[in-house]
Amino acid sequence: MKEIVVISGKGGTGKTSVTASFAYLGGQDVIVADCDVDAADMHLLMQPDFRQSEDFYSGQLAVIDSERCTNCGACAEVCRFDAIPEVDGNYTIDALNCEGCGYCPRVCPEEAIKMEDRNVGKWYVSTIKTGSTMVHARLGIGAENSGKLVAKVKNEAKALAEKNEKKYIIVDGSPGVGCPVVSSLSGAHFVILVTEPTVSGLHDLKRVHELVKKFSIPAGCIINKADLNPQIAEQIVTYLNHEKIVHLSNLPYDETFTEAMVNGQTIIEFNKNHLSDILTESWEQIKQITNA
Amino acid sequence: MKIAIASGKGGTGKTTLSTNLAAFLAETRKVILTDLDVEEPNSGLFIQAGAVHAEDKFKMIPEWTKSCSLCGLCQDVCNFHAVLQLGTEIMVFPELCHSCYACSELCPDSALPMIPQKMGELKHFSDHQLSFVESRLDIGQERAVPLIAQTNKYIDEQFSEDIIKIYDSPPGTSCPVIEAVKDADFVILVTEPTPFGLHDLKLAVETVRELQKNFGVVINKYGIGNNNVMDYCEIEKINILAKISNDRRIAELYSRGELIYQHVPEVQSQLADIVNHITEMKVEISE
Repeated sequence: MKEIVVISGKGGTGKTSVTASFAYLGGQDVIVADCDVDAADMHLLMQPDFRQSEDFYSGQLAVIDSERCTNCGACAEVCRFDAIPEVDGNYTIDALNCEGCGYCPRVCPEEAIKMEDRNVGKWYVSTIKTGSTMVHARLGIGAENSGKLVAKVKNEAKALAEKNEKKYIIVDGSPGVGCPVVSSLSGAHFVILVTEPTVSGLHDLKRVHELVKKFSIPAGCIINKADLNPQIAEQIVTYLNHEKIVHLSNLPYDETFTEAMVNGQTIIEFNKNHLSDILTESWEQIKQITNA
Repeated sequence: MKIAIASGKGGTGKTTLSTNLAAFLAETRKVILTDLDVEEPNSGLFIQAGAVHAEDKFKMIPEWTKSCSLCGLCQDVCNFHAVLQLGTEIMVFPELCHSCYACSELCPDSALPMIPQKMGELKHFSDHQLSFVESRLDIGQERAVPLIAQTNKYIDEQFSEDIIKIYDSPPGTSCPVIEAVKDADFVILVTEPTPFGLHDLKLAVETVRELQKNFGVVINKYGIGNNNVMDYCEIEKINILAKISNDRRIAELYSRGELIYQHVPEVQSQLADIVNHITEMKVEISE
């Protein structure tokens, strides 16, 4: 079983559309994991049935029992997160600021503070339109994207892949270079970097690849909207050669991406032009590389 | 006045709007643009300005001094598993540490003093009336929030309250975004008229409503996709501040790191509209 993770650093490069296309091409061989839990969009293309849904708890929140509290302020004094403001003489917890560190209950002389587990979202197992399975999630508003929900989604996908003897897990990774991406990358066999030939695209590609290198995972790159700026596309190719990243393909600047999305379809199903041929070739190449 | 520019979905044009709006406003008044997308800061690629100041940013982490009775309290109090007792050693995992100080201050032997660890860099640039500040998280550092908080603090300390401040925020709806927009007087949500754009806009709207912020929407790449984003804004009575056309010329200017409004007059008048909208809303609110 091979785990293939698609990331981009920068948002809006077409990462999810590309991931969904590979998920469609992989059909029954693939378990899909949408690890972009903060802005999960893959379900809009894969028609999941949400057949299994579970709450996800991570971290804690301090809760003050106002009956016991004498408003001595010892809690507010130790809190490094300005999470215990004094309002009209009463100390209250600001849930958005509370990090759940658990320091305040330890200094409360009245034992008036307890730590409660925090519900930070939901995760789902679905059958999707290819007949295969997708694991996905929804992080709650303002929750800490600590990477734990990402890890949960990946681990569930992995367990299902092993149980059902699937060949691949395809992971739609998170943007940025912080915890969620680190969680997305851990354990991956191959990383697909989706970028675009813009100053931002190149900048973010380099940053996220610095992270990939720390994990020593082999990588390939798809340059989307390649004809938008041929000069920067050329710079990206030079960078890929230098870093020994496989240049999988160039996709043209094409609004088919959006049209397919509006139809709730992957680019492969929509099949309006040679975009689907290029993606099919890339998928074949990825299979060869990961099974070599 | 603080204006945060945010979006649920990445790549909708947050940085484009932030940099163009800031440069446009700076033609007539003082403006401070701050890039709070510390994981992937891009605004600087579009702003030509001279360096004024740079500083490393640190987070505080405990360091074990070894003069310790091995009571195990530090491991016990840490809710983030950042401190572990292994045999006769105390190990600290800085990337897991939230800098709450509990282990350090509760230690009966004072064996875990807090020391600074570099997490990123802040840079301050200036060009005529435009000041630009960006912070970037070091690769390998996993938590963006402390750096965003320190960057906000720097802005508050360096600049007076009445100057217009524009914040390019991180994408999504989780902690980093909350940290970036929680002090804003107005939030501009940038979206695109596609199913992904709409889905993530709804989450972003939910977020700013929970924070009780005044906000409006800018639709970028207007003309692609469908009408669902516009319909949604109408039903929800959300102000659409501007619709920026889907135009390959704009995409090409962006790809080269150029400001759009200087080349596309239509965009310049849309920026003026956005400024008017916000000013009017602000007057209404203060009345």
